[in-house]
Amino acid sequence: MSASESAPILEVENLSVSLSGRRVLDQVSFSVGTGEFTGLIGTNGAGKTTLLRAVLGMQVHDSGVIHLLGRPRSKRNHLIGYVPQKINLDPDMPMRARDLVGLGLDGHRLGVPLRTRSRNAAVEASLAAVGAESFGDARVGQLSGGEQQRILIAHAIISRPRLLLLDEPLANLDLHSGQEIVGLLAAIATEQKVAVLLSAHEINPLLPVMDRVVYLANGRAASGTTEEVIKTEVLSALYGHHVDVISVHGRILVVAGHEGLDHLTMSHDEVPG
Amino acid sequence: MANAWTVATMVAVIAGVVGFFVVLRAAAFPAHAIPNGAFAGAAAANVLGLNPLAGLTACALLAAVGIGTLGRRGRHDVATALALVMMLAAGAVFLGLSQEYEPAIYSLLFGEVLGVSSNELLPVAGLALLCLGAVAALYRPLLLSSVADQLGEARGVQPYQLDVAFLVILALATAMTVPVVGALLIFSLMIGPPAAARAFTGRPPVAILLSVAIALVTVWSAIALSYLSNWPTGFFVGVTSAVSYATGRAWTRWSRPGARCSSMG
Repeated sequence: MSASESAPILEVENLSVSLSGRRVLDQVSFSVGTGEFTGLIGTNGAGKTTLLRAVLGMQVHDSGVIHLLGRPRSKRNHLIGYVPQKINLDPDMPMRARDLVGLGLDGHRLGVPLRTRSRNAAVEASLAAVGAESFGDARVGQLSGGEQQRILIAHAIISRPRLLLLDEPLANLDLHSGQEIVGLLAAIATEQKVAVLLSAHEINPLLPVMDRVVYLANGRAASGTTEEVIKTEVLSALYGHHVDVISVHGRILVVAGHEGLDHLTMSHDEVPG
Repeated sequence: MANAWTVATMVAVIAGVVGFFVVLRAAAFPAHAIPNGAFAGAAAANVLGLNPLAGLTACALLAAVGIGTLGRRGRHDVATALALVMMLAAGAVFLGLSQEYEPAIYSLLFGEVLGVSSNELLPVAGLALLCLGAVAALYRPLLLSSVADQLGEARGVQPYQLDVAFLVILALATAMTVPVVGALLIFSLMIGPPAAARAFTGRPPVAILLSVAIALVTVWSAIALSYLSNWPTGFFVGVTSAVSYATGRAWTRWSRPGARCSSMG
């Protein structure tokens, strides 16, 4: 463990991934330190999901290296917790929220789970960590989007991972629920010393909590602190076009400087006050 | 008659347990296609003078592996339809070649639970134990990947391998149950009781037990009613299964009028 104390929890070096012959990620490099909150920002189709899947070992890559705690990533990884993009749950599915959380502990194991005291305690602690005690007994398919998101986070952290990957957890939430989830994740990152790598197409909700940003565009990535990356020169180089980065009342707007790139405008008047 | 009760009990337990995962995984179409198609194997064995149960098992396994292999990423409706059509076509040929056309096809499609003999009990019991063991072993990965394949995949559960494994379990369950309740009716026993059970509980183990209980009541009452009325057992299996499902839906409507209620367990 001595070597692992100093090593970053996740190191991605020159990662390239092709999907159906199209280069989706091209020489992407970044690292995530222990307990850091990192935002993975990019438009739809920028390769965010592909990058997270590659880190998880669910996506083969053409070249590059992915190291976890300084070692090559092994096939199955208890070091990583994962919250996938919005999943559609059958409201009639006979599974309570706490059942799904418990499967985060041993869902990959063979055999029938035994209701031990320690397993129950872990489920309770995990539900408490995401503020889901009040709906732990409800069917998971009948919860609201924000509640399901909390349960999926509880499912992901129950095995005490060192790295938590979340794929667009804010995409289907209203602004208020999104802020609650972001605050919750920041608290979990601090309390449980777990690094968070969260993908989003909108940077502003993450600004208060984000330690570092990995910005994806055109298959390439720029990474560093928000100040280092969200700059006109850096993002213009990444996009291959001139873009303007404008700061308004503590929010960041990335505006395409050329016609035809209007969809890259990253922020709208969503924040009240 | 004692044989009928014994074998029907085993069939109900297996249908209740395997059916729980059929409904959970939305695998009703394969659960329909595998038994319907597998009768071709029994028909072929009949013509060739082999054991029909062996022929049925082989055909069901072939269909399961075929559907699992051809279907990609959990979407196997097209592969299932093609497997069903191919096996039905083969079944038509073998039944055409067979001398004992009508009784053979009738018992394969609708079952012959009252005519089960003692020497048929052992193979059925063996297949039942195999099925239960396999479901118990894969219980947690099956549950987890039923919620979302990605959740299982992130924990190292290969969704494709698990899917094929589940279809093989389905094929084994089919093989043991078809000779008893028939290819057309095992489907109703695998869908009705588990679909009804999930209306009453949100706990997976309780839902499985309830599903088994409803399946047991269904087959026991069907045998009794069939004996008393001289109507086919399958008729009562189908009707009771549908009625139990309707009862479950009614319960859901009555107990959860707003469709969503957090306190519902």
